[in-house]
Amino acid sequence: MKLFPIRGGIHPDYRKEQTSEKAIVVMPMPAALYIPLQQHIGAPADVLVAEGDLVKKGQMIARNQGTVSASQHAPTSGRIRTVTEVTAPHPSGLPQTTIILEPDGKDEWADLPEPIADPFSADTHTINDRVAQSGIVGMGGAAFPSAIKLNLGEQKKLEILLLNGAECEPYLTCDDRVMREYPDEIIDGARIMAHALGTPRVVIGIEQNKPQAIEIMTKAASAFPEIKVVAVPVQYPMGSERHLVQAITGRETPARKLTADLGIVVHNVSTTRAVHHAIRFGRPLIARVVTVSGGAIREPNNVLTPIGARVADLVEFCGGFSARPESVVNGGPMMGQPLPSLEVPVVKGTSGILALTAEEINDRPTSACIRCGSCVTVCPCGLSPVDMAAFVRKDNLEGAAKLGVMDCFSCGSCSWVCPSHIPLVHYFNYAKGVLNDLERESRKNERIKTLAEVRVIRIEKATEAKRAALAARKPASDATPPSNSGEAKAATEEKANA
Amino acid sequence: MLIAIGSLTIMGIVLGGLLGVAARFLAVEENPLEEELKELLPGSQCGQCGYVGCSQYAAALAKGEAPITLCPPGGKVVIEALAKKLGVTADLSEHEEKGPEHAFIVEDLCIGCTRCIRECSTDAIMGANKLMHTIIVDACHGCSKCVPVCPTDAIVMVPVRVTLRNWHWPKPEIEQTHSEPKVGHAH
Repeated sequence: MKLFPIRGGIHPDYRKEQTSEKAIVVMPMPAALYIPLQQHIGAPADVLVAEGDLVKKGQMIARNQGTVSASQHAPTSGRIRTVTEVTAPHPSGLPQTTIILEPDGKDEWADLPEPIADPFSADTHTINDRVAQSGIVGMGGAAFPSAIKLNLGEQKKLEILLLNGAECEPYLTCDDRVMREYPDEIIDGARIMAHALGTPRVVIGIEQNKPQAIEIMTKAASAFPEIKVVAVPVQYPMGSERHLVQAITGRETPARKLTADLGIVVHNVSTTRAVHHAIRFGRPLIARVVTVSGGAIREPNNVLTPIGARVADLVEFCGGFSARPESVVNGGPMMGQPLPSLEVPVVKGTSGILALTAEEINDRPTSACIRCGSCVTVCPCGLSPVDMAAFVRKDNLEGAAKLGVMDCFSCGSCSWVCPSHIPLVHYFNYAKGVLNDLERESRKNERIKTLAEVRVIRIEKATEAKRAALAARKPASDATPPSNSGEAKAATEEKANA
Repeated sequence: MLIAIGSLTIMGIVLGGLLGVAARFLAVEENPLEEELKELLPGSQCGQCGYVGCSQYAAALAKGEAPITLCPPGGKVVIEALAKKLGVTADLSEHEEKGPEHAFIVEDLCIGCTRCIRECSTDAIMGANKLMHTIIVDACHGCSKCVPVCPTDAIVMVPVRVTLRNWHWPKPEIEQTHSEPKVGHAH
């Protein structure tokens, strides 16, 4: 298959060998699970359980609410200790509402929904409802509710379901291992999703640094002519959906548009496997494979982790720390976010937990920009990081927005390449946050303006109605029509006095 | 030739005269700038600027009679927008940026007098006579007009809470490796 070049990008030291040759291991159930109501993009789920409730494995404990949301399920059977605020796996360290579950050790399944016997004759709604009911979100990291993406086929004409197996982040090997160990489950899930989306073709994109995965997936897909496995060049950030689409189809997704506008829907390979479980067995998303790696981890591994296990327990399972970690990162080293503490849970979007030593982070003091232009060369979005950062530094966010800072997806290539160690991507994260705030604020102001206008109209109407009522009452009691409302009022007052 | 020049000249004089007369008699009274400035203001008519409402403040701004820093609910964003529109530099030295706030009713102190409800220009307070009132945070824009009318001081202004939804990274503070050039001391 002909491939197309993508712009920019970098070739970091991949360091995947720490975990890539180790089979997935299962983590034993920890003493408590912390299941946040929000593990996805959108509205938090609505809690269904209370303190002391007994739940079974796979039982829904929080229901999706609103259009963009995902349900949460009990990863094992046990008792609900409480529903409270717990630190989120988020760099802010802010709390979020979390269900704390104490496993009872029996691991008893609840009554699961019936498997869909023949998904290829089922309609789109049946499949999407099941995916939504199973709480499946994108497992590549962004955690967007998958059922919504599966509905895209109803609005747009789609050509390709693209499975993202690029895994371009250094250290991470969880998708690699899942592809090597469960190829048939991924292929089956992909066929079901392609059926729901109405796409005639399925393409699986895998970076060339995973030859075993490419071989195994090609073999598994050989029985289905509509599925094609494509080895894409090793180039960070190939795993970004827009860039993967460009590498495979040669088409660039316009800013503020979706890949679906080009007729392509991208799903992560692990998400596809979760869909297979939901459709074929009725099992919700209650566990995921997490890469635990980094120089400070004693025994790096790929671990099948129940959703809600604390990072501390997961690190403990991997032998604890062999050195003092400078930073513990949620996700890959390029786009992952530092964790505020180890007392936070693993969630559906956690692809990796990396304990990095000071040497691996290689944090250096910032020096002045030497105008080398490397950041412009590597920016995969074709932006000019040096100019945008200069604007942001001087708080000219409008200028940065004009240069397209909102199109930056924080891949971090510019920060990685910068010889002066300027925290470029930090500037852009800050700018994007502030610009989003302003956007929200102006939306709120619009709403408030409407409220104030509606109130003025209402008060005018009420005054008008009062006047009319008074005028109507007057001639009935007095028999002579009043010349003006002032007189009418005086007359009423006189009557009251008498 | 002469006829052409003559007729065009006469047409020019007549039409020009008509336009001149029309400009005088059909002139738009309102300064168009006023309308544009009004669009930039929050529009909740809270009156904290000292004018009756947003239109009056906009009119004063258009005439150059009012400073641009008088709108508390609008905050820094509105000041900057006004400065840009009017082509002046915003003097933020006297402006104290408190960040977004909303009103909050201390429920233990509320006696249900409905005075604040009548005062609120955006219908952000819910409640009824002799029943506890509460603030609908999404509709409150922090004008604090309800605070002084409360007979029991039950209304306080609180900053809008930072949650996972509205948190963002702070601006990076970079330590430059190069420092001020050191001047050697003679002794």
